Amino acid sequence: MIANKIVLRFSSSLVEQAIIYHLVKDFDLVINILKADINPHKEGYVVLELSGDSENYNRGLEYLKNVGVVVEPLSGTIVWNSERCLQCGACTTFCPAGALYMTEPDRKVHFDGSKCIVCESCLLVCMARAVEVRF
Amino acid sequence: MAVEKTYAEINEKIKKGKAVIVTAEEIIDLVREKGVEKAAREVDVVTTGTFGTMCSSGAFLNFGHSQPRIKMNKVYLNGVPAYAGLAAVDAYIGATALPDSDPENRVYPGRFLYGGGHVIEDLVAGKEVKLEAFGYGTDCYPRRHIETRITLESINEAFLFNPRNAYQNYAVAVNLSDRTLYTYMGVLKPRLGNASYSTSGQLSPLLNDPFYKTIGVGTRIFLGGGIGYVAWHGTQHNPCTTRGENGVPLEGAGTLAVIGDLKQMSPAWLRGVSYTGYGASLAVGIGIPIPILNEEILRYTAVSDAEILAPVIDYSSAYPERDPEVLCRVSYAELRSGRIVVRGKEVPTTPLSSYAKAREIALILKEWIEKGRFLLAEPVQPLPSAEAGIILKGLEEKNNR
Repeated sequence: MIANKIVLRFSSSLVEQAIIYHLVKDFDLVINILKADINPHKEGYVVLELSGDSENYNRGLEYLKNVGVVVEPLSGTIVWNSERCLQCGACTTFCPAGALYMTEPDRKVHFDGSKCIVCESCLLVCMARAVEVRF
Repeated sequence: MAVEKTYAEINEKIKKGKAVIVTAEEIIDLVREKGVEKAAREVDVVTTGTFGTMCSSGAFLNFGHSQPRIKMNKVYLNGVPAYAGLAAVDAYIGATALPDSDPENRVYPGRFLYGGGHVIEDLVAGKEVKLEAFGYGTDCYPRRHIETRITLESINEAFLFNPRNAYQNYAVAVNLSDRTLYTYMGVLKPRLGNASYSTSGQLSPLLNDPFYKTIGVGTRIFLGGGIGYVAWHGTQHNPCTTRGENGVPLEGAGTLAVIGDLKQMSPAWLRGVSYTGYGASLAVGIGIPIPILNEEILRYTAVSDAEILAPVIDYSSAYPERDPEVLCRVSYAELRSGRIVVRGKEVPTTPLSSYAKAREIALILKEWIEKGRFLLAEPVQPLPSAEAGIILKGLEEKNNR
């Protein structure tokens, strides 16, 4: 039995194909979709938890690679855009790791990526959408 | 002898480059150091600033006439509906308007990624915006549909008109319930998990002129990075509220309606914002100069965060139910320290308006005046103040007979 969180990246030609269906139907894998998006160029990604019998799991990954899907392990990174930041500081109350913090007396917001635990709490509270998670 | 100055005298000094301008932060120490009388004699103008979400904002746009002409009945800008119940090619885009396709809060909490505030930001950033308009066809305006692209440059007039901005003090929001709340005061964690507040305190325009002795109709201001004016008292202007001994209101009181040329403005000071679970809006930068006409006015501008109190309100019950209960009052000095105490519990504070940006606005305005490119405008009419007898009305339900 193998269970992993992975990111699948689809080119625009792959986005319209029923690839997830084949993972379930042909390889008997269990899928839990955590996040998915398609951009205006019709390229897409899906973050999912994939689990199943180890032989089926490996065959499933082989299938994905053969059809051209890029498979990556999930490793999220929070990106803070200082230009978009309104400098209000709302995020600093919500960041449990102290990665987003405010300095005194200038009351400016800063981000220390090395402290970030990618909990995504900041995504909920940033009204300027100055933080985003990238996989 | 008491200090008395006129707008004309101060403007003459500005034109000669001899006026002394300080920010609402700088005046606090100056008064402590020199005393009120000496400071009033030396200082001519105190500049204020605030930068935060101001939902009651929007812009009037005139698109120009197409060939053939259309009487626009429904207008969409990047899919966001604008109010078109005006003349043929005028519209008003409100900061909180959402595209018809927005899922709103159907998938709770909604994200509200793009709304009227974002359209305004895109326009001031010089981006192309898709305009789609529908008309019903008349003899003089036969066209029924148009789809095109506009920029701020390509249209005739564009002016910001914000009916309620620069709130004089505001409530601090907390959550006594057991579930997370998504409000216009941001995300409120359960069981007093945090306390949100939103004014720039000692830098805030109306907290430095609590009785509107210098800020009135016609006052020239910094608005969204350009020059604007106070057009009227804002909606929900509530000057007769309780005040402290220093005249500073103990809750939300005065408001301003402001107007200015959108074409002069900048996305640095007009920014579309999205509140999870609540909606879209616009962050607006406003700076107002306060002429030091006498010692009394100077004394008001010397107010510090420790002397400004805000009421703490429960947004899980009291606020939505319009129950006037105030849990306690806290000073802006406490709020800015990062922690307040409510019902015996230490609660972390969440700032929603930017103190750093408010300070930057006050400094920009100071520089504009020092360089002589911004003169003070004497109000043509004062705003209703504490003696006006205004009672803010609620909306009562009346059943159809």
